[in-house]
Amino acid sequence: MDFKTLIGNTQNRRSLLKGMGVAAVGLTFTGALAGCGEKEAKKLANGEEAKLNFYNWDTYIGETTLEDFQGASGVDVNMTLFASNDELFAKLKAGNPGYDVIVPSNDFVERMAAADMLMPLDHAQIPNFEKNVAPEFKDVPYDPKRAHSMPYTWLTLGIGYRKSKVKGTPDSWKVLFDSDEYKGRIAVLSEAGDMFRLYAKYLGKSVNAITAADIKTIEAMMIRQKPNIKAFHEDNGQDLLLKGEVDVVLEYNGDMAQIMTEDEDIGFVIPKEGSQLNSDNLCIPKGAPRPKNAHAFINYLLDAEAGKKIAETILFPTPNNAAKALMPDSYKSNPIIFPSAAELAKCEYAKFNPELQAQYEEAFTRVRAA
Amino acid sequence: MAGLVQDWKAHKRPFAAIAGAPLFWLLLFFLVPMAIVWLYSFGENAGPADIAISGTLDNYKRATEWLYLSIFLKSLAVAALVTLICLIIGFPVAMAITFATPKWRPWLLLGIMLPFWTNLLVRTYALMVLMGTNGYANMGLGALWDGTSWLRVAVGMQPLEAWTPVQLLYNNFAVVLGLVYVHLPFMVLPLYAALDRLDKSLIEASLDLGAGHLRTLMKIVVPLAGPGILAGVMITLIPALGAYLTPDLMGGTESQMIANVIERQFKRANDWPFGAALSFLLIYAMFILIALQSMRRDKGREAH
Repeated sequence: MDFKTLIGNTQNRRSLLKGMGVAAVGLTFTGALAGCGEKEAKKLANGEEAKLNFYNWDTYIGETTLEDFQGASGVDVNMTLFASNDELFAKLKAGNPGYDVIVPSNDFVERMAAADMLMPLDHAQIPNFEKNVAPEFKDVPYDPKRAHSMPYTWLTLGIGYRKSKVKGTPDSWKVLFDSDEYKGRIAVLSEAGDMFRLYAKYLGKSVNAITAADIKTIEAMMIRQKPNIKAFHEDNGQDLLLKGEVDVVLEYNGDMAQIMTEDEDIGFVIPKEGSQLNSDNLCIPKGAPRPKNAHAFINYLLDAEAGKKIAETILFPTPNNAAKALMPDSYKSNPIIFPSAAELAKCEYAKFNPELQAQYEEAFTRVRAA
Repeated sequence: MAGLVQDWKAHKRPFAAIAGAPLFWLLLFFLVPMAIVWLYSFGENAGPADIAISGTLDNYKRATEWLYLSIFLKSLAVAALVTLICLIIGFPVAMAITFATPKWRPWLLLGIMLPFWTNLLVRTYALMVLMGTNGYANMGLGALWDGTSWLRVAVGMQPLEAWTPVQLLYNNFAVVLGLVYVHLPFMVLPLYAALDRLDKSLIEASLDLGAGHLRTLMKIVVPLAGPGILAGVMITLIPALGAYLTPDLMGGTESQMIANVIERQFKRANDWPFGAALSFLLIYAMFILIALQSMRRDKGREAH
């Protein structure tokens, strides 16, 4: 299978749900009820009923993964969908309504662990972690020793652009943050934290070394840049670029890799100042009704063959080395999906910082009101 | 009318039987959750997932800072403009429906109500498809422009410059247009109800006695339809003030309204107490609007 047909039947994970928010709410609601309400007589050898509630991003699983897992273990996985980490957090904040496995991003792993919302993982039940996962994902700052989370995918932010409408390669955050070169043809993220951290990168600072004074400086820069920006997008920048609404956009590499096969005129670059890394992780929330099934399911997702099928569908970079080894070259050596080591060396994970988050939000509200 | 409706005080038991279920519903699913949110507004975050209700007024203090007040005022201005445009467009539409032949009237009313059959989100996305840089509106305008240019050449004049798409989406104009589109039925229906009840012989009398059409409209129709106009204004203004989806999807960088700020407190900022305080300020503002309206209505009744 070549890369194009691989990507052709893939949809965007984060933005699709935005367009179907209401449908998704309904789906989630009925799904969760169906999963929790029914009495299932069938029990597994581990003493749990043969069911599992999986709360995931949209289009973020292999086409046959859930059926394959049912074939292998007998567990019927009921998958429901969320559109943002905030939605996931808000839903679990008042107590776990019955989810067994969830997929938060790195900063939310930190946040939920701090709020004691995650169950510690039993690594003995997840042998595929030691066996398959790339070494750089085995111990991460946002979850020391992987006590609460297993790596599922990772991603990085960069600049997507329409080749015919820009001069050369827009390989600096300057084009988005500090220049009127593409006035009225720019869209950036509406997520305040990401915006402030990437501005810090542009100013040559670490994403985790932002001070109150920096926030003031960046806020002033944002207000100055605002007239040049067309829209703050909700992670659907690739659609804006594809439709010709804008010509340069702040987006995730996986999202851009997907549309680059639909439109040859689209490019993506990680700016030379460096960027922010994100990672989505498999976790078991506290109060999960079937923790043994959840461990078995996570172990299955980290399997080489299962991981390959997932990567084939979703096309985000995988931290699963064994699965990556099984993938074709068009995926393994795609510079958008897997940026070079030199580019990655300049990228960082953002630490969860509740006090700064509130300041980012307020400053961004001021920017929008200015 | 008053004679037909029996006083509920004289028939307490049947009244309780009928009203009990909806009252219970209202209490359990509206008042209790609202009370909890109200309590949150006097609390503070005690951890990523915990709220301590400490009786603090800090949230209200912060919510009345100029930053948030200015967003409130801007939202009110947008909502007022939307209501005014809805009234200007909606009044003639309601008049047209009122004076349409009985055969046509149900169809015209259906036309007004038809959009309600589709979800607001779907309607907004449809509007966005229409208004995009490469959307149908711009395509149509571009074709007209090119046609004019061609005609000019045909009659020996200089051709026009090349067409540049008009910026219809992602600005305040788009927000107002989107809100007018969504709220117009809310204005037309109460206006129609008021105009339909109007005694048409009064209009005939006015015209017979020599008043012009405009004078009849301003001196007879508008005063008599006053309560309907006021109801339409309220029923349009209040949801427009709390609009959140339209500015979020169709707005540009400066189009945030107060509901967008509130939404962010509950989600991204994870500051439920502050979000609750902002929500309640909005609710109080709406209470005041409704109280003003009912005061006016009472005054009107005394005058009769």
